[in-house]
Amino acid sequence: MFAVSTGKAKQKQALYGVGFILPSLLGCLVFVLVPFASAIYRSFTNNLTGSFEGFRYYQEIFRNPSFLLACQNTIRFIAWCVPILITLSLLLAMLLFKPIIGRNMLRAAFLLPMAIPVASVALLWQVLFHANGIINGILQSFGFSGIDWMRSDAAIFCLVLSYVWKNLGYTMVMFLAALSNIAPSLYEAADVDGASSFARLHYITLPSLRPMLFTVTVLSLLNSFKAYREAYLVAGKYPHNSIYLIQHTLNNWFATLDMEKLSAAAVVTALVILALVMLLNRAWSTSTNE
Amino acid sequence: MKKIHYWLRAACLWLLATVVLMPLVMTFAASLMQKSELLEHIGSVMTGGSGMANAPLLPRLTTLVQYVSLLMDTPKFLDMFWNLMGMVLPIVAGQVVIGTLAAWGFARYRFPFRNGLFLLYIALMMLPFQVTLVPNFLVLDRLGLMDTPWAVILPGIFSTFAVFLLRQFLIAIPESLIEAARIDGAGELRIFFSIGLALGHPGIASLCILSFLDYWNLIEQPMTFISSQDKWPLSLYLTRIGESNLEVAMAASVIALIAPLLMFFYFESYLVKGIQMSGMKE
Repeated sequence: MFAVSTGKAKQKQALYGVGFILPSLLGCLVFVLVPFASAIYRSFTNNLTGSFEGFRYYQEIFRNPSFLLACQNTIRFIAWCVPILITLSLLLAMLLFKPIIGRNMLRAAFLLPMAIPVASVALLWQVLFHANGIINGILQSFGFSGIDWMRSDAAIFCLVLSYVWKNLGYTMVMFLAALSNIAPSLYEAADVDGASSFARLHYITLPSLRPMLFTVTVLSLLNSFKAYREAYLVAGKYPHNSIYLIQHTLNNWFATLDMEKLSAAAVVTALVILALVMLLNRAWSTSTNE
Repeated sequence: MKKIHYWLRAACLWLLATVVLMPLVMTFAASLMQKSELLEHIGSVMTGGSGMANAPLLPRLTTLVQYVSLLMDTPKFLDMFWNLMGMVLPIVAGQVVIGTLAAWGFARYRFPFRNGLFLLYIALMMLPFQVTLVPNFLVLDRLGLMDTPWAVILPGIFSTFAVFLLRQFLIAIPESLIEAARIDGAGELRIFFSIGLALGHPGIASLCILSFLDYWNLIEQPMTFISSQDKWPLSLYLTRIGESNLEVAMAASVIALIAPLLMFFYFESYLVKGIQMSGMKE
């Protein structure tokens, strides 16, 4: 529309813009968006007879106990791991921001877990969290009795721990970059006013970090979905109830070729994620409506 | 007082870093141990014996026997290594080409629905594999690509994360540079190549390292789309040798670690830059 009102130059701009995006857009259309439309269609029809079933499969999945359990667990997992990760990495970034001995080595050390293949991690997790594993061995030597971590309600915390371990450095580096963008004059002015360190945090540091919260949260969520790999590799298709995630349900429905339910659940999950992205964008981001 | 503060902070950070690195140390140490010694440490976990496991930290006697048996007696292992490379390298290369073009379009041009489309890209980037499983399966099946490496490569190339990351770099190029080039009569393609690519190459390097590390962990895609075991990538194969042959599994872990570790240290500055930029607000 603005192309018409301001003439040829803008129209040309738009054409070039679309042209540059076209290969990527076509790929997304072919591999995700168009087949996704087909999945939406499948979620409303019986795939054998082709008859239209309305919202039947949606009703079915929301009455399915394993799907409900998986939703609940996934939400619980995200509600634990994302705030913990963001708080810890911010704390760590603030500790590492000021000059310290071996600063670059420390940064590399915290980043290194992201380079470790998930299969190696899973192998190690088994050794650590087993009933006779290393963690319980340490606990026992201090006189505590251990538990079978992966086969108890504590399993979700093993997953949170593994997620935080893997992503701590990544998020910390994002915060470090943001901290270095805060003008030192702000802190100097605060010092002149005799502000406490809490006041500095509350009035200068946190507000300055706010614009990046959108991307940090989006990337943390994205990585939280990847924790499924660890859960799957350590505990298999049917892990303890507390870490049975949405991805487990979808995978198991795929294995039994439950296409209607799988499609319905995929549509619901995609809608929730889309809504979440728009909500976060509305709440924290100003960039996309410049 | 200030000095105590400093050393306290240093002690906290170094202690935490040691804890964070411990799993890596244990894997390396375990991979160098003889089978009997390894079993002393973690046999109670693997074979179900009694007693408690303790951390394998320092081998009494080091041996490379398991490395030799892995590399010499298991030809499959090297095949899988190259299978994985044969997936990861084309994915990264494809992402660079497709992603740079799209990121330049998003960063530098105005067109209707641009912001909405970009939000859709962010949502697509977040979708777990299992959500796009049905769509992916439908189209790969239709194209006859099931059980070929292309079933993993093609969807990977169009990952919207690449677009997201590169856009962060390209949007930071000052508009005045581009205006100046336009005034000098440079065409749009020329501007893309001589400004976008020339100034955006740190972004491309960052994408390469981040994507490499991520796709080195390919598990769900090949597990779902590739049924012939001889086409499996190392990342998937690694998950299967665990229980049966512990000391070999540890050695395999270390070998699988080497490529990403080398990439990590060689490209660390780009990795850090990429992460910094991904969180930046323009």
